[in-house]
Amino acid sequence: MSAALKSKNSKAVRADSWVLRLYVAGQTPKSLTAFANLKKICTEYLKGQYRIEVIDLLENPQLARGDQILAIPTLVRNLPQPVRKIIGDLSNTERVLVGLDLRPRG
Amino acid sequence: MKNSFKKLEKRKLIGGRNNKDRPPRASLPKAPTGIQGLDEITFGGLPRGRPTLICGSPGCGKTLLAVEFLVRGATQYGEPGVFMAFEETEEELTNNVTSLGYDLKGLIARKKLVVDYVHIERSEIEEAGEYDLEGLFVRLGQAIDSIGAKRVALDTIESIFSGLPDPVIVRAELRRLFRWLKTKGVTAIITGERGEGTLTRQGLEEYVSDCVILLDHRVTGQISTRRLRVVKYRGSTHGSNEYPFLIDDEGGLSVLPVTSLGLEHKVSSERVSTGISRLDKMLGGGYFRGSSILVSGTAGTGKGSTAAHFADAACRRGERCLYLASEEGTEQILRNMRSIGIDLAPWVKKGLLRFDATRPTFHGLEMHLLRMHRLIDEFKPKAVIIDPITNYLALGDDLEVKAMLTLLIDFAKMNQITAIFTSLTQGGDYVEQSNIGIYSLMDTWILLRDLEINGERNRGIYVIKSRGMAHSNQICEFLLTDHGAELIDAYLGSEGVLTGSARAAQEGKEKANALERQQDIELKQRELERKRSALEAQIAALRARFAVEKEELEKKISEQESREEEFAENRAKMGRLRKAGSERNAKNRRKGTA
Repeated sequence: MSAALKSKNSKAVRADSWVLRLYVAGQTPKSLTAFANLKKICTEYLKGQYRIEVIDLLENPQLARGDQILAIPTLVRNLPQPVRKIIGDLSNTERVLVGLDLRPRG
Repeated sequence: MKNSFKKLEKRKLIGGRNNKDRPPRASLPKAPTGIQGLDEITFGGLPRGRPTLICGSPGCGKTLLAVEFLVRGATQYGEPGVFMAFEETEEELTNNVTSLGYDLKGLIARKKLVVDYVHIERSEIEEAGEYDLEGLFVRLGQAIDSIGAKRVALDTIESIFSGLPDPVIVRAELRRLFRWLKTKGVTAIITGERGEGTLTRQGLEEYVSDCVILLDHRVTGQISTRRLRVVKYRGSTHGSNEYPFLIDDEGGLSVLPVTSLGLEHKVSSERVSTGISRLDKMLGGGYFRGSSILVSGTAGTGKGSTAAHFADAACRRGERCLYLASEEGTEQILRNMRSIGIDLAPWVKKGLLRFDATRPTFHGLEMHLLRMHRLIDEFKPKAVIIDPITNYLALGDDLEVKAMLTLLIDFAKMNQITAIFTSLTQGGDYVEQSNIGIYSLMDTWILLRDLEINGERNRGIYVIKSRGMAHSNQICEFLLTDHGAELIDAYLGSEGVLTGSARAAQEGKEKANALERQQDIELKQRELERKRSALEAQIAALRARFAVEKEELEKKISEQESREEEFAENRAKMGRLRKAGSERNAKNRRKGTA
C-alpha cells in the first residue's frame, strides 16, 4: 500500500513502478482487445510510470501454474504490491481502475 | 424412452453378468480403477478416455476415490495422472493421504503424478469484461503433456463457480473442458458436491454424462456407513445397487459388491471332523468341507467350546483357522479353552490359528464384512469361526444383516472354507427365536440348550438340520470336562429324557436292579448245587449201606457153603465108618445111574 501511495504522491517516479502482466493464450480477439484496452488505460492514468509484459501461455505454458492463471485474459499487477488480478478483456474501464486501486472500491 | 430401455435390455443380454467370460462390449474400453470392488460393479472400471462424475456430500470420500484412482493408475496400470486440486494445496493433499499409505511425493518425483493446486479467491479477482478459461486448459494440458498422463482428476471443479464471477461463462467453459478432455483421451474423474435435489450443486451431471457415481455417508445408530451407487454408466451395464464401501488405512477404499457372488460355488462331499468324536458320529462323519454351520444356544451352553474343538481339529489337520471373536479377547479365549482341556496356544504360535478380536460396535456392518474379507484373503484359512454372530445383529436392520451374512457365507463357500457361526439365543422356545432367518442360510444347525429337570441345568445337544447328510435325531447330553467336551447319550426311557444327576440316579437304580438280579441267579445256582450234593450224599449213604449188607450177605453165603461142605464131609466120614459095602453100593448106585 505504501508503495502505491508513494507513487501517487511523488512526481519523480520511475518508469517501472507499475509492473503489469497481461496473460494471453495466442492472438485471440479477446487478447487483442484486452491489450488495446490496457494500453489506453495506462496512457491515460499511468503516464510514463508503467511497464507492460505480455505473456503468451501458449509459449510458456508452465507459467499458468506458477502464477495461478485460470481465466484468459488475466491482468496481474505485480507492482506496486499487493498483487491484484483482473480478468476479462478490460473493456470495463471503471472496473479495471478499481481493480488496479486507482479508484476506490464501492 | 422405450427404445433406450430396449437397448439396455439388449446390452444386458450381450454384456450382462450371465456372460462373465465374454468381455463386456469391446467397443467400450474401460480403465480399471484398481479399487477393490469398484471394478466388479462397473464390470471393468471407468469409461476410458471419458470423464466420470463422482458426487456426494462433504466428507464422503470423493477426493480419496479420485486420489486412489490416480495412484493405482500410476502404480498398477502404468498410467500417470494429473490431480488438479481446487480445495487443498499439494502439501495438504499429500499429508491427508499419507495416512492411507499413498506416497504422493514419491510418485511426483518419479514423474508418475502431477498435483496442481489451483488457487481461486474471489476477493482477489476483479472482472472487467469477457474472459474464458483458456488458462485452465493450458495449465491442464501442460501438466498432462509433461508426464504423458492418461488419467486426470479435477477436485472439486465446482469451486470455480464460487471463485469466478459470471456462472454463464464458467458453465460454457466447463462444457468445453469436458469435451476437450475427451479429445485429449484421458480418463477423468470430476468431483462435485451434492446439491439440494440434484446430484451436484451446479448441475455438473448435465455435462458429464458418461458415468456418474454417487457417494453417500450415513450415520445410523451412531455407526456410520458409506455407500456407493453407480447412477449411470452410458454404454455399459453396471451394478445398480447401493454398495457399502469403506476407507481404511490398509487398502484405501474398498467397495463391497453385494451381488458379485452367486450360488455357483463348488461343493465338496469331503467331511471334516468337528473335533468331538461323538458329534462326528451324530453327523455321520463330520461337517462337509466348505459348509456353513450354525451353533446356537443360550448363554453358557458350550457354543464357544464346540467352536474351539473345531478350531483345534482344523489345526491338527494342519489347516489354518481364523477365529473372529467379538465378545472375548484372545487371551481370555485361550485361558477359558485351556480350562476344558483344549490348548489352542500352540496353534497360535505355529501360525495355524489366528484370532481377531474386535468389538462389533467398533465398526459398521460393512466395515466388519470388509475386514473379514481382507483377513480371509490375507490369511487364507480353511476354517473360519465367528463367535458370536449375534453381536452383529444390532448393527443393522434384519435385511442388512442377512445381506451381510449371505455375502460372508457365499464368500466362504467360494473359497471352500468351513465356517462356524455361533449364535446366542434368548432361550425359551424349542426353536429359539429365528432371528432374521439366518438359520435358513446355514447348512448345518446344531442347537445347544439347557435341559432343566429336577432343579438342575444340564446341557443338551441336538442336530436340528444338516443338509445332505443323514444325521442323528438323538438328543445327547453335552458335558464339559477337563479334557474337552463329551457327548453322552441322554437316558431315554419310560421316564422321558433324563440328564445330569437324574440320569445318574436312573443309571444307579438300574445298576442296583441288575445286581439284585445277579444275586438272585447266584442264589438259585447255589441251591441247585446244594440239592445236587445232598442227592449225591444220599446216594453215597445208600451205596455204603448196600456195601455193608452185601458184605454181610456174602459172609452168610460163605458160612452156609462151608457148613454144607462140612456136612458132606461128615456124611462121607460116616459112610467110611459103615465099611466098604456101603461104599460099593454107593459105587454101584453111581454106575447104574451113569
